[in-house]
Amino acid sequence: MQLPSLSELNLGLTVPALSLALWACILLVIDLFIPRDRKSVTAWLAAGGVVFAFIANLLVYRDPGVAFMGLFVADEFAGFLNIVVLLTAFIAILMSVDYLKRTGIERGEYYVLLLMTTSGIMFMNSANDLAVVFIALELLSIPLYVLAAFRAPEERSEEAGLKYFILGAFASAFFVFGAALIYGATGSSSLPVIVDAVGRALAGEGSSLLLLLMGSGLILAGLGFKVAVVPFHMWTPDVYEGAPTPVTAFMSVGAKVGGFAALLRILLVALPALTVAEGDAVAGWQTATWVVAALTLILGNIVAISQTNIKRLLAYSSIAHAGYVLMAVAAAGTPGVSDQATRAALIYLMAYMFTNLGAFAVAMAIEKDDGSGTSLDDFKGLGRSRPLLAAIMAVFMLSLTGIPLTAGFVGKWVVFQATIEAGLYTLAVIGVLTSVISAFYYVRVIVNMFLEDGEGDPAAAATPYVQWAIYLTFAGTLVLGIIPSLVTNLSGPVALAVASLVP
Amino acid sequence: MPTFDEFAPIGALLILSVVMVALITIISRLFGPYRPSLRKTAPYESGMKPIGPAVRRFPVRFYLIAVLFILFDIEVVFMLPWAVVFRQLGLFALIEMVIFIAILLVGYFYAWRKGALEWE
Amino acid sequence: MENYPQLVPLIILIPALGAIINMLVGARLTERWSSLIATTASALSFVIAILLYSYLHASGYQAAIVNPPVLQDWILIESLNINIPWQLRVDTLSVTMMLVITGVGTLIHIYSAGYMHGDPRFSRFFVYLNLFLAFMLILVAGNNFLVLFVGWEGVGLCSWFLIGFWFDKSRGIGWKNANAARKAMIANRVGDFGMLIGIFLTFWTFSTLDFYRPGEIANPHAGEHGAAVEHVEAATVEGETAGEHGDEHGDEHAAGPVYTDNEHIPTEQLGVFGQAERMLALPEGDPGRTVALGPFRADIVAVLGLITFFFLIGVTGKSAQIPLFVWLPDAMAGPTPASALIHAATMVTAGVYLMVRSNVFYAAADLTSLLVTIIGVATALVAGFVALGQWDIKRVLAYSTVSQLGFMVAAVGIGAYGAAMFHLVTHAFFKALLFLGSGSVIHGVEHGHHETHHAAHGDGHAGEADEFDPQDMRNMGGLASRMPVTYITYLIGTLALAGIWPFAGFWSKDEILGDSWVAGLVNNELGGFIALAGLLLAAAFTAFYMWRQVELVFHGRPRTEAAAHAPESSLSMLIPLIVLAVFSVIGGFINLPGNAAIPTLGLDAVLGVHQFGSFLEHSVVNIHAADLQPLIAIVALGLAIGAILMARSIYGLNRGVTADRRDVLEANASFSRMWRLANARLYWDETYRRLFEQPFNRTSQFLADTLDWAFWHDYVHDTIIAKGFRAIGTLLSQPVDLGLIDGVVNGIGRLMRWASGGLREIQTGYVRTYAVSVLLGVVVVLIILLLPYIQRALASGN
Repeated sequence: MQLPSLSELNLGLTVPALSLALWACILLVIDLFIPRDRKSVTAWLAAGGVVFAFIANLLVYRDPGVAFMGLFVADEFAGFLNIVVLLTAFIAILMSVDYLKRTGIERGEYYVLLLMTTSGIMFMNSANDLAVVFIALELLSIPLYVLAAFRAPEERSEEAGLKYFILGAFASAFFVFGAALIYGATGSSSLPVIVDAVGRALAGEGSSLLLLLMGSGLILAGLGFKVAVVPFHMWTPDVYEGAPTPVTAFMSVGAKVGGFAALLRILLVALPALTVAEGDAVAGWQTATWVVAALTLILGNIVAISQTNIKRLLAYSSIAHAGYVLMAVAAAGTPGVSDQATRAALIYLMAYMFTNLGAFAVAMAIEKDDGSGTSLDDFKGLGRSRPLLAAIMAVFMLSLTGIPLTAGFVGKWVVFQATIEAGLYTLAVIGVLTSVISAFYYVRVIVNMFLEDGEGDPAAAATPYVQWAIYLTFAGTLVLGIIPSLVTNLSGPVALAVASLVP
Repeated sequence: MPTFDEFAPIGALLILSVVMVALITIISRLFGPYRPSLRKTAPYESGMKPIGPAVRRFPVRFYLIAVLFILFDIEVVFMLPWAVVFRQLGLFALIEMVIFIAILLVGYFYAWRKGALEWE
Repeated sequence: MENYPQLVPLIILIPALGAIINMLVGARLTERWSSLIATTASALSFVIAILLYSYLHASGYQAAIVNPPVLQDWILIESLNINIPWQLRVDTLSVTMMLVITGVGTLIHIYSAGYMHGDPRFSRFFVYLNLFLAFMLILVAGNNFLVLFVGWEGVGLCSWFLIGFWFDKSRGIGWKNANAARKAMIANRVGDFGMLIGIFLTFWTFSTLDFYRPGEIANPHAGEHGAAVEHVEAATVEGETAGEHGDEHGDEHAAGPVYTDNEHIPTEQLGVFGQAERMLALPEGDPGRTVALGPFRADIVAVLGLITFFFLIGVTGKSAQIPLFVWLPDAMAGPTPASALIHAATMVTAGVYLMVRSNVFYAAADLTSLLVTIIGVATALVAGFVALGQWDIKRVLAYSTVSQLGFMVAAVGIGAYGAAMFHLVTHAFFKALLFLGSGSVIHGVEHGHHETHHAAHGDGHAGEADEFDPQDMRNMGGLASRMPVTYITYLIGTLALAGIWPFAGFWSKDEILGDSWVAGLVNNELGGFIALAGLLLAAAFTAFYMWRQVELVFHGRPRTEAAAHAPESSLSMLIPLIVLAVFSVIGGFINLPGNAAIPTLGLDAVLGVHQFGSFLEHSVVNIHAADLQPLIAIVALGLAIGAILMARSIYGLNRGVTADRRDVLEANASFSRMWRLANARLYWDETYRRLFEQPFNRTSQFLADTLDWAFWHDYVHDTIIAKGFRAIGTLLSQPVDLGLIDGVVNGIGRLMRWASGGLREIQTGYVRTYAVSVLLGVVVVLIILLLPYIQRALASGN
């Protein structure tokens, strides 16, 4: 049996993701020796690990390559998404330090789990094999299940964790089933190899086309669950509401990034040419993603209207935003647009990351220690009692709506552009219309803050770290919004990497 | 075409087990005192009540121990095939296994420090 | 020196900066620093004004047009050929105004430092003063009507600030002050409407608002008569290429040919006045004279008549002429320095400035000019008469100001633009002096009152203290000995205002009279006659009421304890008085007449004659150099001296106020009615209330209560709409609604509820439901994916 030498593994490329996982293990042990009342040390150690991974990722970023004999690919696509994820993790840690303390759930494992799931997402970004995708998916999910229940024995949090776990396992099963079907049809789990097999299947060699189509559908469902698109979204509001707020914030961005990374890579690297018959113009999965995206946009945005809890509102809004990213995925099914659409998805994710984390950070700043204070009514009068906080929140809301000069606009703009480029006009129209609908509930938050009377919450606890998180995300939102070329140029070659890095 | 001979040992085993069960039951009935009671006649005499709600209170320690057991039991499942082909795999596999065990040890150490292994 | 005009933005910027500094940190500064900053700003502006003058002098009075840096274009629509830049103009007229504004302004700043001492909003007062200076300088420095209008509105705003400065005084006085401010604002709004219409018409007619374009010479004939001024004309200085090429710089004006007229410039590239002159020069009936205003075509003269008429409306507002003059006497509610600066010396003369600036228009519009004359003369007479019967020391001066503005306006009406400007300048000196003097008196009496009150009651609690009016002349008397400096300067101001030789007022007022003599008796113009007769009478009034005031305030015995204990004011208040007094004496010498019959103390040999006129000539085309008429001068002087003597005989020797605090004329049966008429201000305000306010209020009440509320809300809404709807609703609900509509509407309603809230109900919270939904989702996705495949398979199977 031919085993690789260490140098063939290209371990250097895996340093960002691996170091984080390793550091999580070490931190688990270190944490045992940190006294209970000084758990913030763990937080800073975890943050240090994230920073290290970030720097390592920047070093790897412009030097694409393949590691672990093709199982792991470090391309710019992965590098870009790693940046998003690591920023998410960093901001989540900032948000957590005081939150955990004041809600009385400060335990070191929290940060360890956060690092674990972050590394899982990073593996997901780089996974080049269905098996690796699955392992990364589990590494991503299982710590999140625990984190969602981290506020135990508080009932809602336990409920959130359990629901997420059961349904997550259910969805994972679909993914595995899909992967198995594709393996059965192509005889390989390696994405680049699958491409060739798909070509052969289309040419009529073997009768595996049915299996491929079913497999891709099941994978779409499994990952669709992770990114919370309709109709695989139902866990989202319950879990988002029940989980500790920083976890929700992290989940709403991190899990989506990982899910979309895997989805984009599988669909674009392994199944770009999967059509019902040879010679079809667009990928066979385009219609399915199209429909799911449309459903997600419509349902996510409409149901968000009737929400009265900010965390639930943001949960539904995050469903809706997943819909916008899925629009880009659908657009990527049209040959020739896939690069542009991938780029759009990435930009959207980054914009969404800043804005959504910021919104959660503000929501957290006014949340009370017992977990109450997350109703929309609690925002009333905030404009008077905390004008700066309210103004920043207003910017986040506008960004989520997609108003120009904010990151959200840039994201929507590129996504709509790609969708139209791909010829999916109806989907683009749905996207625009639902953005208009979304304005309704986002603006309501602003209205509550500035135009409604209420005592506000003078005790609103925006502790320094949370404030840093808010400022950081605020800066990101504005910088992306005002100088979009920063990312539109940065991610220029990213999309190409998906296609060109196929060995 | 398989012959009957091939199944002869299985048949012998079958007969032997039936005879053994019958023999033991009859002997204990012949020589042992027989004072039946409600509790004694219940199936699974030493265990729980066979009839009742399926979900019931259980000391959580059982679960902890059970989970830890499964965790470290699986470890062995991985190690067995590795051990069989260890010579062919060489140094690389050794390193892999050391990493694997190290990770498990971290978990073990964690569980230990957290007091998960103490019954009281 | 030729780059001095580039400083002109600074003259505006520095006071603005002063205002900003005081606005931001003034509350934290001590009074000393706060006033020092403001005064320094004002003084620096004055220095710049002098530099600008020296530039004009050195350059042979050639005008310069300056584009302020950064702010080059203001309204620039190239496709429509609309270009209204932020251009500033340095010429003899604007520099004259600048010198007066900054000079008098600086003195008043110094005075205010003493006068406003101890006011809780000390620094804010200086904010307003500096802001006013900035806007006033924008007004006079602008090179087009719109920039002028910016200043015009800005000074109105500052005026509003300052009139209502003591809006928070107790006992309803604050209300009165605020109302006075509002009155000023509203009266000016009426005027501004006319002003705006005039500006629009101007733009419509000439497609530009620029007074003169760069390179254009305002008055090519300047200097051909009058004093021997070396006549050098050239292009303007640096930055002159308004809105075209910002990169052209100063040195090329040396290279180009030197023009002495505007013949080389195409008509459409001239400013409004140049274009108007070209058009007027065309023979009657020439198509070039017609102006197309929408569907109408009119001769240029008619159009100018309209424009000048609308400008006149603006002037009556800003310069307090009939019919909009009513705000100015009330404006005395503001602090006295503000009254002196804004409501006597500078802002109210903006209207006169506007008309002099537009002299080309007015000279062509005979009808409007006659109207201007009539308004001016009537105002001078009415205000002069009303001033006879006032007790408030500042109110007398206020009406006097209105009256003197009437002189200036009348002068414009008869075409004596130079005389109007001359009187504007001298009036600024002596009226500012008088106001500041009255402020000093009020200040002194107030202090005297406090002193005696304190002595009497020890603890100085309120009580009758607030009923004491320190501005009422009945509470004064005999102040000459208590306040000698104030007295002497006030006396000088009075004599100057009364037009006594050789004080400043004599020269300017008599020049107006002389010009109206020429206009009336020589040129046989109706306006001239009116002006001559009316203004002579008004001049007599002036001398009479001023001397009445002197008698009541300074002469005789003190009528109250307060007056008896009034102290002389502080030095910072007296210095401006002295300086202004000096100018009130010598101010008239800037424009000595050329008529040998008038004794000039030999100064004409030193200073030359008609200096001011020929100075202005470079900016004001239609300037007259009419000489003083010895006859008129003698008559006017005689009238003034006679009036003074009469006033002395009536009010002198403590006879002025009777025992029951009535005027001696009021007590006299034969004059009683007349005096009461003057005292009641001719019932002018009451008439306005009857004619305008009450009908207006009644109309608005009708509109609000009857039409809007009773009719529209109660009747239309409740009866017609609501009942109608109800009727239709009843009609529809019975047969239609229960069947078809109900189904559809409720269906939609249900759909929406389902869509927004109903979908929420699917969110049961049960994991099993969720799992089923995931499963269903998978099925749906698979169906979508497989459908084309199955279709194809079926198709190929068949």
